[in-house]
Amino acid sequence: MKVLIAVKRVVDYNIKVRIKSDGSDVDINGVKMGVNPFDENAIEAALRLKEQGVATEIVAVSLGTSANQDVLRHALAMGADRAILVESDLTLQALGVAKLLKSIVMREQPQLIILGKQAIDNDAGQTGQMLAALLNYPQATFASAIQVDGNTISVTREVDGGTETLALNLPAVVTADLRLNEPRFVKLPNLMMARKKPIETINAAEFAVSAEPRLKLIQVSEPSARKAGIRVGSVSELLSKLREHEGILL
Amino acid sequence: MKILILAEHDGKQLSPAVYQVVTAAQFWNAPVEILVAGSNTNTVAKQAAAITGVARVIQAEAAHLAHQLAEDVANIIVQVAGDYQVILAAHSSFSRNIVPRAAALLDVAMISDVLEIKADHTYVRSVYAGDILTTIQSIDALQIVTIHSSNFTAAKNTESNNTDVNNTGAQAEIVSIEVPEPFTITRWVSETRSLSDRPALTSAKVVITGGRSLGSAERFEELLSPLASKLGAALGATRAAVDAGFAPNDTQVGQTGVVVAPELYIAVGVSGAVQHTYGMKDSKIVVAINQDPDAPIFQVADYGLVADLFEAIPELTNAI
Ligand SMILES: Cc1cc2nc3c(=O)[nH]c(=O)nc-3n(C[C@H](O)[C@H](O)[C@H](O)COP(=O)(O)OP(=O)(O)OC[C@H]3O[C@@H](n4cnc5c(N)ncnc54)[C@H](O)[C@@H]3O)c2cc1C
Repeated sequence: MKVLIAVKRVVDYNIKVRIKSDGSDVDINGVKMGVNPFDENAIEAALRLKEQGVATEIVAVSLGTSANQDVLRHALAMGADRAILVESDLTLQALGVAKLLKSIVMREQPQLIILGKQAIDNDAGQTGQMLAALLNYPQATFASAIQVDGNTISVTREVDGGTETLALNLPAVVTADLRLNEPRFVKLPNLMMARKKPIETINAAEFAVSAEPRLKLIQVSEPSARKAGIRVGSVSELLSKLREHEGILL
Repeated sequence: MKILILAEHDGKQLSPAVYQVVTAAQFWNAPVEILVAGSNTNTVAKQAAAITGVARVIQAEAAHLAHQLAEDVANIIVQVAGDYQVILAAHSSFSRNIVPRAAALLDVAMISDVLEIKADHTYVRSVYAGDILTTIQSIDALQIVTIHSSNFTAAKNTESNNTDVNNTGAQAEIVSIEVPEPFTITRWVSETRSLSDRPALTSAKVVITGGRSLGSAERFEELLSPLASKLGAALGATRAAVDAGFAPNDTQVGQTGVVVAPELYIAVGVSGAVQHTYGMKDSKIVVAINQDPDAPIFQVADYGLVADLFEAIPELTNAI
């Protein structure tokens, strides 16, 4: 069984992103980038399926500029077999990404597609569901456990107030929650080896889909900070302060 | 122009967020309709019909909708979408599962987790775990938007609002629709619900959140439970605490967990990473108890107490 994983290149989660002085966008020039954390869970899930003998080939795909080669190298170093870079200079948004991924799925015919449940830069959380819709495939989002059994995959999903388990016929789309697994660290020799694995580059224009952005960025700004609070010296001072507030019963 | 709201419910009760989305929908000054899908929707359809500002309730009932699978509910949205210019839902795990699927089927670039509706087609939403606000404009004719519900007050019921001069006490009409064929290649197998007498995290008036520093599941429970009971509070946890097995997964507050906005939020031994504060910074009053005076959580706290939580929490519990 072939497994396709989608990998997004995002600003490292430890970085506090700044705004360009003209307020037109965020300034991520020269900022540390990496694999979207949820996509690492997706890669790890695919690797474990391969180790179980379920998956036979793992293909990683990323969309963006040639800079995205670094996240594909990371996926290869973790253990993906090959990688595809869909090159585009457009500002890619979820719907456009889903359309391009659909083209890749049509070409590669994977039985399972795993994506992260959201990207930590724009937090939209749409791409997996959109891809499933465009393919008319079953979907299981926010997966915390998966098990492939013949032609079905059973997926435990994290939902408000508990979990839900679904069984999907393959081919299917799954989006990974952080709880799905703990992604392995990349060892240096693997990184060296990954250099030898193939990255195929396809120009997005080769696919007959429109990935033009539909959402126009008008302005970016910093949220107003919460009003500065005060330090209290003791539990009793805390209580007396809280009791001054209406609607708080202590 | 008309607006459709996808309602989350459990067959017994509408999610409180539905009431907040109804308020958000009033922005357009257009008739607001609510879609309830499920296998047993009479009760919740009536609840929806009783909300002030709701013109009509669309009831989509069928046995195969018992678990409201994304594939089935998205197909219902697609079936009715032609009647609407705006489709809204609360940004909960329920809608996050369904709405993007419907949006792609309708070829619409959806907008997730909107904090503010600025103008028709123009919205404010946050990115980078709430560090940055963006104003974005959509060029699609149909708008499909999930709402950051805690930013909007809850619409009232027509009944419970008899002092309102505009209130006619009338219930909105409820219409049933035929639903599309089931999407049989996804099957619901089972569910687990965390059993708890405590209020639901997302609607609790008071939330107490414990971090990794609680040390174990036993101590998490021993220390925070009595305080939660006294305050009628829900218990939340940081990702570190959840990953360590101290608290159930669905109690994680933050960027990748739930977003809460209670009257009172008490962060106990929580460092205050942006991924965490994303989920709680809309709380009315924030109390932080942490032994590290430089912990970032103090920057978002109204009242900060630098103390050892193992001493401060029992003292607080006893003093209430
Ligand atoms: C992609 C991604 C998504 C994430 N999503 C989330 C999310 O949704 N929610 C979330 O919470 N986190 C999330 N995180 C993790 C987040 O970055 C932090 O690691 C996490 O919130 C830290 O949890 P903590 O405060 O319990 O632990 P720590 O950061 O280890 O902090 C422990 C705190 O306890 C204090 N302390 C220790 N002992 C005592 C004592 N005896 N008395 C008083 N104080 C004490 C310490 O001073 C410290 O401040 C995410 C991370 C990533 C990368």
